Amino acid sequence: MLTVRRFFATLGPGTLWLAAFLIVPALVMLGYSFLTRTDLAQVGGPWTLEAWGRVFGYDALFQEWTADNARVLWRSVWVAGLSTALCVLMGYPLAFYIARQDARRKNLLLLLLIIPFWTNFLIRVYAWILILRPFDLVPSLSATLLGMVYAFVPFFVLPVYSSVEKIDWRLLEAAQDLGAPPLRAFMTAVFPQTLPGLVAGILLTFIPALGTFVVSDILGGAKTAMVGNLIQNQFGQAGDWPYGSALSFLLMGMVLLGLWSYARRAGQKGLEELV
Amino acid sequence: MDVFKSFRSPSGGETRVLDDIDLDIRRGEFFSLLGPSGCGKTTLLRILAGFEQPDAGQVIIGGQDMTGVPPHLRNVNTVFQSYALFPHLSVQDNVAFGLKMKGVPAAQARTRVMQALERVRIADFASRRPDQLSGGQRQRVALARAIVNEPQVLLLDEPLSALDLKLRKELQVELANLQESLGMTFVFVTHDQEEALVMSDRIAVMNRGRVEQLGRAEELYERPRTAFVANFLGSSNLIEGTVLSVDGKGATVQTVHGPLRTTHGEGLRPGQNVTLSVRPEKLRMERDDETEGNEIRATVDDIVYTGAENQYLLRAGGQQLVVFQLNADIGADEDFDYEEQVALYLPPDNLVVLEEA
Ligand SMILES: Nc1ncnc2c1ncn2[C@@H]1O[C@H](COP(=O)(O)OP(=O)(O)O)[C@@H](O)[C@H]1O
Ligand SMILES: [Mg+2]
Repeated sequence: MLTVRRFFATLGPGTLWLAAFLIVPALVMLGYSFLTRTDLAQVGGPWTLEAWGRVFGYDALFQEWTADNARVLWRSVWVAGLSTALCVLMGYPLAFYIARQDARRKNLLLLLLIIPFWTNFLIRVYAWILILRPFDLVPSLSATLLGMVYAFVPFFVLPVYSSVEKIDWRLLEAAQDLGAPPLRAFMTAVFPQTLPGLVAGILLTFIPALGTFVVSDILGGAKTAMVGNLIQNQFGQAGDWPYGSALSFLLMGMVLLGLWSYARRAGQKGLEELV
Repeated sequence: MDVFKSFRSPSGGETRVLDDIDLDIRRGEFFSLLGPSGCGKTTLLRILAGFEQPDAGQVIIGGQDMTGVPPHLRNVNTVFQSYALFPHLSVQDNVAFGLKMKGVPAAQARTRVMQALERVRIADFASRRPDQLSGGQRQRVALARAIVNEPQVLLLDEPLSALDLKLRKELQVELANLQESLGMTFVFVTHDQEEALVMSDRIAVMNRGRVEQLGRAEELYERPRTAFVANFLGSSNLIEGTVLSVDGKGATVQTVHGPLRTTHGEGLRPGQNVTLSVRPEKLRMERDDETEGNEIRATVDDIVYTGAENQYLLRAGGQQLVVFQLNADIGADEDFDYEEQVALYLPPDNLVVLEEA
């Protein structure tokens, strides 16, 4: 008995917080995904796999299969992947640029990176409509990509920046000293030191990008719907909570699977870097 | 070479860190740069490695002008003060890196890596990561990583300074033996005079960006040319005076202690102000009441017992003089007492005339 009491005593507020606001709601949603829509935004019995069937593209009776959902999922993955890649291309050098300035300029640049957060995100995305209108880009996939890169670059730059700050530059000289030309010296001595930040930045970019709906809704239009839009629609207009819950779980499953396979590949160290 | 180097200081001005350095380091010698912290040793080494460019002057390595050649194209390797091992590579991959960059075939590289690791006696740790090694072991790996490339010159920047005294002494001997057996040119930076004396073929004593004196250990110790060298290598008694007369066998110098003879009279002129330097262990204390030639009267101020020797602080002519006396016999009557009057003999051939600074 004592050990059980001690077990609960050591859980602490963090665990309680997690349980109350993450695990319990997730379990509720998992339950919803096996129910059906009885009315707008109403769920009820009986237990069924219907919502899950629809997630994987089948109709209610498991008779017909369509590629619509597969297409949306695939689009979500590659759009998130591409916008993450663009964030890396832009943000990786930017993190180095900021980290190598003197203290005053560094703080200024970091401030500039964070200042946009003071304005509501929706307003900023709407602002892009105004910016892109002369180029006749809204709605389009390019506009969505642009908006996503815009939204996520700071989340990529900050963790990479903190890695770059900690770089032991003497290793670069050691590599050059041993005959490595500049690029090779960078890859041997500097790049590995930025890996923790790079991984964190990619996760912080890719995962939200995968579930985003605001940007694609405002800048992308109906033709470029992503899985985020699909989910939002179920909990909003369509009022189909079981289907929305099942879709959410699919997305969560994909993310966890990705993290798990990465953690397994990178071993113990990778796990530490993730946290 | 006549190398000059200035750094821009944060306030905007320029600080001359290296001033008119002209060194000729011989192939296969153990050459040390010795000087206090901040005198420019690291900067000079970085110029040799190619990490810094001299503002003026040339760097010639093996007869070839290497000024302006980037580090990776110089056949020179460095053992860094901080070791700078690649943390994500194993010991053997660290050591193999230079060979890989040179395109040495993998099989041949592997044997050379193992040979280098055995040379520095660290072969058992070949597959470990640097963070699984002690400071001394990391130092050995850093050494192996450099020597495996068989560079024309090996640069070592205070490689032993982070180690504890006992390990440092061990590695000093090992490093000197290694250099001898490899026949490689070592340029060794240290601020530890004893380290430099023990290990080097020749030493350049540096002060404020200049080479004060260059020579073998005995030369520097027995015939220091400047007050800085006299005090940085060991300790010295400095006595100022004016040259009275110069003859074929030396010179007589008038000092606060009276006239003193020195056998080192070359180039002196009567009337010239000079500083005489004499090592504490070359002075002889006697109980005589009479003072003969080159003897001065002194009073024992303090006695420091250091085990192997007694160090006497003497008062004479308003000046403090230090005398080291070997502690040869237990309780021998050569031991002097506080406030005892002694006659101090200054051997003329051990009174070295310093250059005016
Ligand atoms: N990159 C640099 N920028 C400005 N000043 C420097 C730089 N590197 C060294 N210095 C200055 O040059 C002088 C010599 O430094 P260093 O060569 O490291 O001396 P040592 O190795 O003998 O201790 C010091 O005063 C140091 O502050
Ligand atoms: Mg130094």
